[in-house]
Amino acid sequence: MSVIEFDGHNITVSVKDVEAILGLKNESVDIHEVVSKENVKELDANYNLNSFVNHVQINRFRTFSPANLKAVIGLLLLVPSLTLRRIRSYLEKFWVLMSPPLLGVEEEVQSNVSSPSVDCGLGLKERNYLGLSDCSSVDSSGVSSLPDNNKNNLNLKATELRLGLPGSQSPARETELCLLNSGKLDEKPLFPLLPSKDGICPSSQKNVVAGNKRGFSDTMDGFSEVKGYAYAEKSWMFHDAGSDSESPQTVGHGKYPGNSGANVILSARSPGAQASVKKDEPANVLQKQPHATNGINLKQTDISNNKSSAPAAKAQVVGWPPVRSFRTKTLATSSKNNDEVDGKPGPAALFVKVSMDGAPYLRKVDLTTYSTYRELSSALEKMFSCFTLGQCGSHGAAGKEILSQSKLKDLLHGSEYVLTYKDKDGDWMLVGDVPWEMFVETCKRLKIMKSSDAIGLAPRATEKSKVIN
Amino acid sequence: MFWGSRKTIDMNYFPDEVLEHVFDFITSHKDRNSVSLVCKSWYKIEKYSRQRVFLGNCYSISPERLIARFPGLKSLILKGKPHFADFNLVPDDWGGFLYPWIKAMAKSRIGLEELRLKRMVVSDESLELLSESFPNFKSLVLVSCEGFTTDGLAAIAANCRFLRELDLQENEVEDHRGYWLSCFPGSCTSLVSLNFACLKGEINLASLERLVARSPNLKSLRLNRAVPFDTLQRLLIRAPQLVDLGTGSYIHDPSSEAYNKLKAAIQNCNSIRSLSGFLEVAPCCMPAIYPICENLTFLNLSYAAGLQSNELTRLIHHCRKLQRLWILDCIGDKGLGVVASTCKELQELRVFPSDPFDAGNAAVTEEGLVLVSEGCPKLNSLLYFCQQMTNAALITVAKNCTNFIRFRLCILDPIKPDPVTNQPLDEGFGAIVRSCKGLKRLSLSGLLTDQVFYYIGMYAKKLEMLSIAFAGNSDKGMLYVLNGCKKLRKLEIRDCPFGDTALLEDMGKYETMRSLWMSTCEVTLGACKVLAKKMPSLNVEIINESEQTEFNLDDRQKVDKMYLYRTLVGHRKDAPEFVWLL
Repeated sequence: MSVIEFDGHNITVSVKDVEAILGLKNESVDIHEVVSKENVKELDANYNLNSFVNHVQINRFRTFSPANLKAVIGLLLLVPSLTLRRIRSYLEKFWVLMSPPLLGVEEEVQSNVSSPSVDCGLGLKERNYLGLSDCSSVDSSGVSSLPDNNKNNLNLKATELRLGLPGSQSPARETELCLLNSGKLDEKPLFPLLPSKDGICPSSQKNVVAGNKRGFSDTMDGFSEVKGYAYAEKSWMFHDAGSDSESPQTVGHGKYPGNSGANVILSARSPGAQASVKKDEPANVLQKQPHATNGINLKQTDISNNKSSAPAAKAQVVGWPPVRSFRTKTLATSSKNNDEVDGKPGPAALFVKVSMDGAPYLRKVDLTTYSTYRELSSALEKMFSCFTLGQCGSHGAAGKEILSQSKLKDLLHGSEYVLTYKDKDGDWMLVGDVPWEMFVETCKRLKIMKSSDAIGLAPRATEKSKVIN
Repeated sequence: MFWGSRKTIDMNYFPDEVLEHVFDFITSHKDRNSVSLVCKSWYKIEKYSRQRVFLGNCYSISPERLIARFPGLKSLILKGKPHFADFNLVPDDWGGFLYPWIKAMAKSRIGLEELRLKRMVVSDESLELLSESFPNFKSLVLVSCEGFTTDGLAAIAANCRFLRELDLQENEVEDHRGYWLSCFPGSCTSLVSLNFACLKGEINLASLERLVARSPNLKSLRLNRAVPFDTLQRLLIRAPQLVDLGTGSYIHDPSSEAYNKLKAAIQNCNSIRSLSGFLEVAPCCMPAIYPICENLTFLNLSYAAGLQSNELTRLIHHCRKLQRLWILDCIGDKGLGVVASTCKELQELRVFPSDPFDAGNAAVTEEGLVLVSEGCPKLNSLLYFCQQMTNAALITVAKNCTNFIRFRLCILDPIKPDPVTNQPLDEGFGAIVRSCKGLKRLSLSGLLTDQVFYYIGMYAKKLEMLSIAFAGNSDKGMLYVLNGCKKLRKLEIRDCPFGDTALLEDMGKYETMRSLWMSTCEVTLGACKVLAKKMPSLNVEIINESEQTEFNLDDRQKVDKMYLYRTLVGHRKDAPEFVWLL
């Protein structure tokens, strides 16, 4: 989630989140407003943003997630009295502090924004299927919404699983850095630094709301509980995420502090913004998109990703809050078990075989021990990593130009493989097309395929959409 | 007694045996340490008569040196990893191995009887060696340890014939679903304390029942999740003498026979003073324990995620004599109000987050804390995870309770200011350190500037351990603490803007401290090197997880994690690659 959305014309800001992030105010009710020029002024008047920005210690920001940083950047942009030069100097400071993942985020956003949003969507149309299976473009199909079957794409994007940690696709990095440092910053390049959702056009949003998937409708219920949305027109448009299915929805708005979560994430988001998505309960599969851009700082991001439950606007910091990990784990299992007591008993072990193209061995995994695609993905990664390593040595790195160490790592994780599964009917599908629970019910076998072989495979959701269309 | 006569009696005139007998009455480690410094003769006598040793850091001295110094050692308390390891800030393989200690003590034929470990890596091998090497071994207490399995426990059970205490607290144990419990020989009747609440796997219930039945002295029994309700009921019938009970799964149909039996059995257990467990719990079964609540002094429901606020408060209503309460924040501010009006004897309160990563839920706030401070004047120890805190509340708390020894406040959102005034919480914490003269342990959170450290340095004269996260503005902050807190032993800092100046200002200070942890601060590699060079009695460790080698880094590079501690043995030999010893 990000608290600021920019779609090329309008900026939507969750004032509440910004406030929470900056520690300006604290209320448990979520009130989202459009930041119009008027209420920026108001905000400024109330909180003296300008002086705030002056006074906040830059190094505090290291505790923020990329989303939060972006929020801060966004806020800088909104403060009328800040000159671009000032903003740039802040950005440079951030830049130093920003961990690589954030760089990734920005890059991607940047590249997305550089083309008009609709074009982006259309332009990628044909790539869509391939985008899922084609190794080289797995992630770069950042903006994948298509006008005609976009709801499925949204779903797909939200649920798809990629083996390996994505993030190797950051071709814009160098240029981006130059851009920042060149001092030629003018207003245009600045805005794109905000999380963009340009690929997700308003037309796509209502489809999300009307989503025909179980997972989605469930979560939408939760979603619509989020209250306090304002809607405004004119140039500062607010995207209503409420239950009104006609109104365009700001996808990125998924999460608010204090909203226990569960729900929000499902708003599918453009991968550019994905990196900032924080995930909630494991049960909510849909949220478990791979973080398209987080791959670089493996250790750190991984840990925070796995924790997966902090509200996005909160800093997600390793080791905070200082609760013994033993306690966290125990409580997690015990609440799970207590749930079972209320409802049905926990499922028995559910073993499925896993094979990998070219790997000389099979493994078995118990699907019930995982609660999200991500967990499964990382488990499989571990199981087969030695093998992918070898594979990648031969051809994995081809076509990538500059390889930093961390990038190399991503490659080694082998994004030219896709995870597929055989469903009840015996059809091979791409993993990630349905909510996790549904997947667990229907999965009979798993196979890690070379993506070149998997091109013909349609994700379930897409098939359905074809029928519908 | 020696000063009665006018003549000064030379204590050395006494035979050693007499002095030794006198020394026996001196139980505190500190006093014994002082005694040993009086003269050579006292040193010698103290050396041979000392049975209990506490080592706050297993790398501060070598096992051989310990044994040479205290050959009569019977009881050893040993701590391993830094405290922040609890929160995943220390990589798994960092160290803290027990094995060398057991090996050395076994080799020297130390008559070890009691071993208490915290945050150590305990292998099965060491447990086996332990169980075979010390025939009189009686007590094993493991807290937050790892690296062993139930096989190691089986060895302890099988071989330690006089075992009185097996206490496993929050350890990561690999559970082989073995029948380790059935390894206690039939002749084992000496158990006083058995705690296996942290084990995840199945338990041989029949063995457990037999073991409990033949242990007439059993006072403390804490079960794990795998022990069901009806077993609990049978155990209680066999062991009505229990003082400390930890239940396993507490779920049953309240209209069933087993429930009624448990209700009857528990009424006979009127010596129970401490109650914990309820990892799985059916709220409707809680009334069965009401009868024993009247006498409880310690109630730990911090794992009872299945109980909601109203059930908790109903239970609390019965617990008038509580001195220690550990609970989840589901209790809410209102529930804490009930605690305040019911538990007048309360000394220790710990409120844990039910969902640490989601502050939006039922978390408690400053209100609950204020209520408790008003209602429980004896409160002296606090661990409080809350959603927000205000200066006004802290000032009130400081006014109401001046006895705090431990004050650990964690606002889930790490740098949250006072939500009412938007001010940093400096004044609030300042009030706490000002009014609580006896404060030994303090953990800070929320938005804090250097000002709070000014207060701490100024007032917290007895502070021994300080945890800081996301606080301060400059080196000054840390310097206030280092200069002001003369008794400081452990300082742990994360994500604060403290840098080389603060680190290097008073290097001698670290010799008076046990350890200093700094992660994600502004400290550079160069400064750490300087420190290590100038202070050979300190080990300065850099924990580097980024796969860079030391040679690639220049000295201006900031170190991610630095841990330094005083030591008598120099560099440790068991450091993994990612730990650089400077």
